[in-house]
Parts: sequence; structure tokens; C-alpha cells
Amino acid sequence: MFYREAGDFKVSYQQDSQTFPIKFDRYRYYAVMAFAFLVIPFVINDYWANAILLPFLIYAIAAIGLNILVGYCGQVSLGTGGFMAVGAYACYKLMTAFPEVSMIVHVLLSGGITAIVCVAFGLPSLRIKGFYLAVATLAAQFFLVWLFNRVPWFYNYSASGQINAPERDVFGIIVTGPNASAWATYTFCLIFLTFCALVARNLTRGTIGRTWMAIRDMDIAAEIIGVNPLKAKLTAFAVSGFFIGISGALFFAVYLGAVEVGEAFGITKSFLVLFMVIIGGLGSIFGSFAGAAFLVLLPVVLKVLGVDVLGWPTDIVAHFQLVIVGALIVFFLIVEPHGLAQLWRVAKEKLRLWPFPH
Amino acid sequence: MKSKLMTLALGAVMAAGPAMADLVFPSLSYRTGPYAAGGIPFADGYADYFTLLNERDGGIGGVKTRLLECETGYNTEKGVECYESTKGEGALIYQPLSTGITYQLIPKVTADNIPLHTMGYGRTSAKNGEVFSHVFNYPANYWDGASGVVNYLLEANGGDIKGKKISLVYHNSAYGKEPIRTLEELSKKHGFELVALPVDHPGQEQKSQWLQIRRDRPDYVVMWGWGVMNQVAIQEAANIRYPMENFIGVWWSGAEHDVLSAGDKANGYKAVTFHNVGRDFPVFDDIQKHVVDKGLAAGAGDQIGNVLYNRGMYAAMLAAEAAKTAQEIHGTADITPAMMRDGMEALVIDEAKMSALGMPNFGPSFNVSCENHGGPGLVGVTQWDASSKTWSLISDFKPTDGEVIGQLIAEDSGAYASENNIAPSCK
Repeated sequence: MFYREAGDFKVSYQQDSQTFPIKFDRYRYYAVMAFAFLVIPFVINDYWANAILLPFLIYAIAAIGLNILVGYCGQVSLGTGGFMAVGAYACYKLMTAFPEVSMIVHVLLSGGITAIVCVAFGLPSLRIKGFYLAVATLAAQFFLVWLFNRVPWFYNYSASGQINAPERDVFGIIVTGPNASAWATYTFCLIFLTFCALVARNLTRGTIGRTWMAIRDMDIAAEIIGVNPLKAKLTAFAVSGFFIGISGALFFAVYLGAVEVGEAFGITKSFLVLFMVIIGGLGSIFGSFAGAAFLVLLPVVLKVLGVDVLGWPTDIVAHFQLVIVGALIVFFLIVEPHGLAQLWRVAKEKLRLWPFPH
Repeated sequence: MKSKLMTLALGAVMAAGPAMADLVFPSLSYRTGPYAAGGIPFADGYADYFTLLNERDGGIGGVKTRLLECETGYNTEKGVECYESTKGEGALIYQPLSTGITYQLIPKVTADNIPLHTMGYGRTSAKNGEVFSHVFNYPANYWDGASGVVNYLLEANGGDIKGKKISLVYHNSAYGKEPIRTLEELSKKHGFELVALPVDHPGQEQKSQWLQIRRDRPDYVVMWGWGVMNQVAIQEAANIRYPMENFIGVWWSGAEHDVLSAGDKANGYKAVTFHNVGRDFPVFDDIQKHVVDKGLAAGAGDQIGNVLYNRGMYAAMLAAEAAKTAQEIHGTADITPAMMRDGMEALVIDEAKMSALGMPNFGPSFNVSCENHGGPGLVGVTQWDASSKTWSLISDFKPTDGEVIGQLIAEDSGAYASENNIAPSCK
């Protein structure tokens, strides 16, 4: 009834190709943005920021990055944890070397450095595909973690090998360290997420995105119609690395504040982000958000429900969490192999026809 | 979907709102994951002691204690979530039992004005209270442990270990790396050769490390392990027939569950410790009577007297004594985290107090001060007897190399202070 194209006249090409062609969707998008930027920062507290919203925002950036590589370009990667570590350590080295520079610059530069590393590890993708590429990126994962553990220069020769984020600001507002206020860290990450999502959306529907998807769907056919596989694959690795690097930098500097590479950026992190992408929906920006929200929120909700509401012992709840999250992943993969994004698409189709489905 | 979950979570958080006028002691425990074997007895000991105080004494200074348990799984992200969700309830003191989470919390607790007690783990240089105002690591720290091991070896070799070869098998994390610096200094001082062999998380795979030990034939092997890593290492040592009496673990690698799986082959394995072992203390009878027999035990009640259970109980005792001290200083029974910090800094533990608590000769006597948040650093050595399945103390609590450690602490805490713009002072 409200959710329909009818009556919404497009008079220019820009209007015709906009992200949300339906008016209701557009207003909903503006409303969400306004709520995220104008309401949440004023009501947020430490718990909501550090336990729920920051991990969601940061994982969403990582999921977008991985989705570009896996979902759009079809290059399976298990190196996400390692690439996030590159972002984190790059950010740490930059923060300690240039304390007076704004955090925005540090985070963007960390993304850039990660992009370069990611491209270097993406080079084998020109020769190897599928599972073999997954194994090659797995090697990247282990190599990078080993590197950051092994070479003391990366952690400034500290006794424990930990890196700690010192206090840094953006235009005088502290965003890292223990004295950063909840709204500042939240807004800082939100700005990066918005930026990444907009860039990703516009890249994926333009020429570059189409070459990625051509490579994903059938690389030989793509080559025949004139797509340069070298350029397509490496740009996908670069863009993906850039986003993952940003998320790694934020994960370390803003969210955790102290990081130990083996523990924070181990293979489990790679799998976690990959699960987010698969559950959310391959080849969908919205899917990245949905997947990140699902895997960040579910354990917290289950914990709150089990421990605080029902008063169960913490270990039982922790074990249940594993069972329930695992079961839900299997359930979703069976019932909806295209992820949460597909559910969303189906819902929108239904809404368009509602209340007269025929 | 997302918003629905959020409302649900919000509702739940509000439903579990704070009930004031309790002394809240959060327990960031881990009863799941590869480190649960150590986490469970510690958490049980910690919880049972507070239950004992409630049941026997009616709390601390007449105010009941409330334990908030939160499962971290030894994972830093969950640790942060636990910290944020419990700090709003008036948490008096945090004891995360994880060096990784400790590093995370050091700046946070300082900003939030809540004390952090990392007994025998965490950041060693937190001993310097002028820099780390809210972090305490009495009665002993990692560097004391490393020095204690070396002192014991010196003693066993008549004061000379020049040219001896010592291998360090360590958990490749902040925790395991912590002693390396001290051991390096000590190797320069005493002239022994140190070979460091890292084992990656979680530590089930140690074939190559032990192959190297088999090839190198070091005179001694020192272990800095935790969780499943300990059992695997002891089993591997038994497999290569490494003499167990030359194999010494830190206090986190010396509990019953670490050695039991290797059976008789583990006989003679040693570990350093900073508190006594066994269950021949009157306090355990009280726990049995007031907690276990009433069905209030946190676990199954079968861990009493276990090394890590004792340690968890010891940690709870030190926290409770600090709370008492805080109540005396500020003249109020209902203390805040800031008062708790003052209590910890003024904590005095002596033999008379320990005996009165039913723990005679359980741990060292010490005074905490602003300059020294780390206590005396006395280290003893225990040895495993596989036939009777008990740990026994074979070397009394002795002082460690304060000269070397003191200098390293000054260096490391100084680096932290300059990184974070802290002006060292004792207000």
C-alpha cells in the first residue's frame, strides 16, 4: 500500500538508478540515518557502546570488506583476521610515531597499508582458484599473525608483545583510550561505517563492481568479453583490504584498546567474519550489516536472557550459546541459503504487492 | 529483527537492574573453553569464600556480599563485555584471571576509578603504584616467579648455574612472554643459556618444541603454560623421558589436573607457588560446613584443596580483607570502589590475621603501600607426588632477586607512564 513504485515519478537518470527506488525505502533510510546520528549519540552509555554497538559497527565494516572479495568477486578468503591485524598494527605504529596527527588520517592510512598487503597476498589468485585460493589466504592468516608475534618492532619492543592504544583525538575530541566517551567512539565508528557502506555501494553498482561480478560468475567468459582479470581481482583485493584494514584499526584503537595478535586476530576471527558474510548474504551490502548484527547481538542477547533473566549458571549459558548459534547457522543455511539479505528481498517483494497479492 | 532483539536486550538489562547496598564482587570467570580446567576451580574457590562470609559472618562488616559471575571464556572481547555489564552495579574490584583481559582493563579501571587485583598474573610493572594507581598484583608477580625458579636452580646447584642450558616453554601470548625479559637479564647475571620455545594458543600442538628439547637436552625446562597446554607439555615431557625433577612450571602450570593425565610418569614435576597447598586448613572445614553441606557450593564441591581452588579462595580472602580495611578507614560499612582502592593500598596481612581466618601459614605476611602494589614477592616450590596424588611444598617461601626485578619494573612502568602521560606520584 505504502510500499510501492506507483506515483513516484523518475525524471532523470540519477533518480532512476538511485539506491532506494521506492519512496518508503528512501524515507526509512533517512530515518535510520537520522536516528543513528542524531538520537543514539545522546542516549548511549558505556555498556551499549562497548558491548553492542561498537563491535556491530566494526564487524559490519569488516563484513562489507570481505563481502566485496567473496560475495562480489568470488575470491574465497580466510585471511580476514590477519588483514585486520595488519590494520591494527599499522594504526598502532602510526599512532605512536605521529601522535599529533588526527585519528581519521591514521585509520585511513591503516586501511591503505592493509590494501597493499592484501594485494600482495592476492597475487596468487591470478593462478589459483576456489579452495586452493582459500588455502593460500589461510597461509596469509598464519604468516601475518606469526609476523606480528615474532618481530618486536611491530609492538614497539614491549615486554608482553601487547599493543596498547594511547589517547588520541579528532578535532580535540578524544576517541581512543579509556577516557573516550561512549558517544565519541560510537560516532567515530559510525562515520567510518557510513563512508565504507556508501563507497562499497557505489563501487559495486558501477563498472568496477560489474567486472568483479563478471569474474565471479565465470572468469573465462568475463575475459572473453574484455574484462581484465588481473585488474578486476586485484582491485577487489585492494578495496576489500582497505575496508578490513579500517575495521582492524578501529577494532584495536577504539573498541578494545589493547590487543594481543594471536588472541584477537586468530583464525577464529577470519571464520567469524566469513560466517557474517555467509549468513548475511553473499553479494549484498545489507547482508553484511545483517550478518554482523546477527552474530554480534545473538550471544549478548542469549547471555542476558540466560544469566540475568533466567538466572542460569554462566557456564551452562555459555555452552547453550554455542549450541543455539550453531543450530541457527545450520537452520539459516538450510532454509535460506542466500542469507538474511534474501529474506529481506523476499519481504520487500511481498510488501510491494501487499495487500493485493494477485 | 535487529530492533526487536535490541528491545528484548534492553528490557532484560532493565529487568536485571541494580540492587544497591550489597558489596558487589564480580567474578570474570571461565568455565568453558580450552582454559576451563584452570578457570573452574579458581572461580569455585572465589565464589565459595564469599558464600562462606555471607553464611558464617553475615557478610563483611555486616553488609552481605554479592557475587556477579560473568563468563569470559578467556576471551578479551567477552571480558570487555563482562566488565561493561558489571561495572554499573557497583563492582568493587575486578580479578579477571587473564593477562589479556588485564591489559584491556588497566586503562579502563583507572578511568572508572575501580581497583583491579591481578594476583600472580597481569602486567608485572603494575607493582609500581606511583604509575598504576588502581592496579595491584600482590603478593607476587611473574618476574618474582621467574626469579624464584632461577633461585631454586641456583640453590640446587650450589649457587652456580654457569653454562647450564635452560629451555623456556611458553604460551605464545602476553602471559607467556612476560617472564622472558627477566629470564634474559638473569641469564646474563648468572651465565646460563636460555632457549625460548613458544607454543601457540591453545597449546595442544607441541611436538616440534619437545623434539627440539629432545635434541638440545637442556639441563632444565621451565614452563609458562595455562589450560590444556600444561597437560600436553607434561605428557610430551614424559614421552621423551625428560627427567621430571628438572621440569619446573610457573604457578599457573602446577595444579592437579595438569599432572593427573600423565599418571605416574608425572611424578617429581615441580612448580613454583606463592601460597600454600593442600586442604589442612581450618577454613576448609568451615567451607565444608557452611557452604558445601548446605548445598551452596559454586561447583560440585569436589575441588576443595585443589591448588587453584585454594588460589581462588586466597584471592577472595585478600579482596574481603581489603574491603574490611576500607570499611575501617572510611568508617562506613557500605564502601564504594574508590574506598576499596584505599583499602587495598593500606592492606596489612600478617600471620595473626591469617590464623584468625583459619589459614595459618597459608601465604606470606605483607603490607601494601602506594610505592609497592606488589607485596614481597616470596616464592616457594612445590613438587608432585604421583603415588599419593598430592602437591607438597619442598622449598619454603624465599625472597627473589629484587635488584634485577626492581630495575625492570622501573623501566617498564616508566615507559607506560610516558606513553600515557602519567606523572608518577603518591598522593
